[in-house]
Amino acid sequence: MSQKKVELWVGAFVIAAMLSLAILAFSVAGLSLRGEGSSYTLYASFSNVGGLKVRSPVKLGGVVVGRVEEIGLDEKSYMPVVRLAMFENRGFYPETSSLSILTSGLLGEQYIGIQPGFIDEDIGMLADGDRIEDTKSALVLEDLIGQFIYSINKDN
Amino acid sequence: MISAYLRFIGRFTLAFTQTVGRSGLMLWRTLWGRPHGKLLPLTIVQIFQLGILSLPIILTAGLFIGMVLSLQGYNVLVDYAAEESLGSMVALSLLRELGPVVTALLFAGRAGSALTAEIGLMQSTEQLASMEMMAVSPLKRVIAPRFLAGIVTLPILTLFFNVIAIWGGYLIGVSWKGVDGGAYWSVMQGSVEYLPDVFNGIIKSVVFAVMIAWVALYNGYYVVPNAQGISKATTQTVVVSSLLVLAMDFVLTVFMFGS
Repeated sequence: MSQKKVELWVGAFVIAAMLSLAILAFSVAGLSLRGEGSSYTLYASFSNVGGLKVRSPVKLGGVVVGRVEEIGLDEKSYMPVVRLAMFENRGFYPETSSLSILTSGLLGEQYIGIQPGFIDEDIGMLADGDRIEDTKSALVLEDLIGQFIYSINKDN
Repeated sequence: MISAYLRFIGRFTLAFTQTVGRSGLMLWRTLWGRPHGKLLPLTIVQIFQLGILSLPIILTAGLFIGMVLSLQGYNVLVDYAAEESLGSMVALSLLRELGPVVTALLFAGRAGSALTAEIGLMQSTEQLASMEMMAVSPLKRVIAPRFLAGIVTLPILTLFFNVIAIWGGYLIGVSWKGVDGGAYWSVMQGSVEYLPDVFNGIIKSVVFAVMIAWVALYNGYYVVPNAQGISKATTQTVVVSSLLVLAMDFVLTVFMFGS
C-alpha cells in the first residue's frame, strides 16, 4: 500500500471523524452557536419548588425567556429562593408580573411560567437584582389528594 | 489436598504480579524518552491498519444495532403512548453505553487480535530481537506507533458508530414505524446534553482504547514463541480485553452517571 494512498485514507478518516463530532454536537445534542446572549438576574421565593432543577427554563406562553440559575434556601424565613437569569433580548417585565411552577405534560419536567402583569404609568419594570413578589408554588400531589378526600367527606 | 490449592493461589498471585509489572514496564519504556524519528508516518500507517480496515464491521454493526434498538424501543414505548421519545431513548443508550462498549468489543476482536498476532509473529521469528541488535528499540519503532494509533482510532470509530446507529434508528422509527420525524430529532435534542452524554462517551472510548491496545501489545510482545503460543496469546487478548472493557465500563458509569 503506497504511502500516498495510506495518507489519503487516514486524512479522510480524520475529517469524517470531525464531521461526525459536529453532527453529534449540533443535530443530536442540539448545541446552538448563537448562544443565549446576556442576561439580568431576578429573585423569587416560593413556598415549594417541587421538582424544579437548576437550568430549568423560564417560559412565557411556551417561549423560553430565561433560565433558573440557582435554587437556595433563605435561612431567616425558611423559604426556597430561586435566582433566575432572564435573557435581555427577550425584553423586560413589569413589577406586577407573576411566576408559577408548571409541569410540561403530565409527567414532564417542571419549569417556571412567567405571566406579565398590567402596565400603568406608576408601575416600573423589573431590573437586574429585583425580586418578584407574586409567586405560585408547585402543586404537591399529597396536598391535592388530601383536599380531595376532605371535600368528599364534607359532602357526606 | 489443601497444599495444592494454596500452591495454586500462590502461583496465580505470582504470575499476576509478574504480568502487572512487565506490562507496566513495557508501557513505560514505550512512551517515555525520545520518540522514534519516524513515529508520525508509522502511526499514520497503523491508523490505516487499525481504523480504516475496521470500518466495514463497525459501520455495519452500528447500522444494525441502531435499527434493532429503535425497533424494540418502539414496541415498548408505544404501549405508554410515548413513541415520540424514541429518538431520545436511542440516542442516550448509544451515546452513553452501547456506542463505546460495542465498538470497543468489536475493536478488541478485530484490531486487538490482529495486533497480537502481528507482534507475536515478529517476536517468534526473532525480528524484534534483530532490531535490538541493530540498536533500534523495538518498543519505540514497533509498539509505540500501534499504541498511539489505537488511542486515536477507537474514539473516532465510536463517533462513526454512534452517528450511523442514530441514523439507523431514524430509518426504522420514522420511515417504517411512523414516528414523527421532527419529534424524533427535537425530543432527542431536548434530552441529550453535549458534555454529560457525548463527551463522557468519548472519554469512555479513550479509556477502552488504552486498555485494549495495552493488553494486545503486551500479549504479543511476551508471547511464547511458537505457533501454539501465538494462538493462545491472540485468544487471551480478545478475552481479557473484552472483560476489562466491560468491567471498566461499569466503573466509569458509576463515576459519570452514578449520582
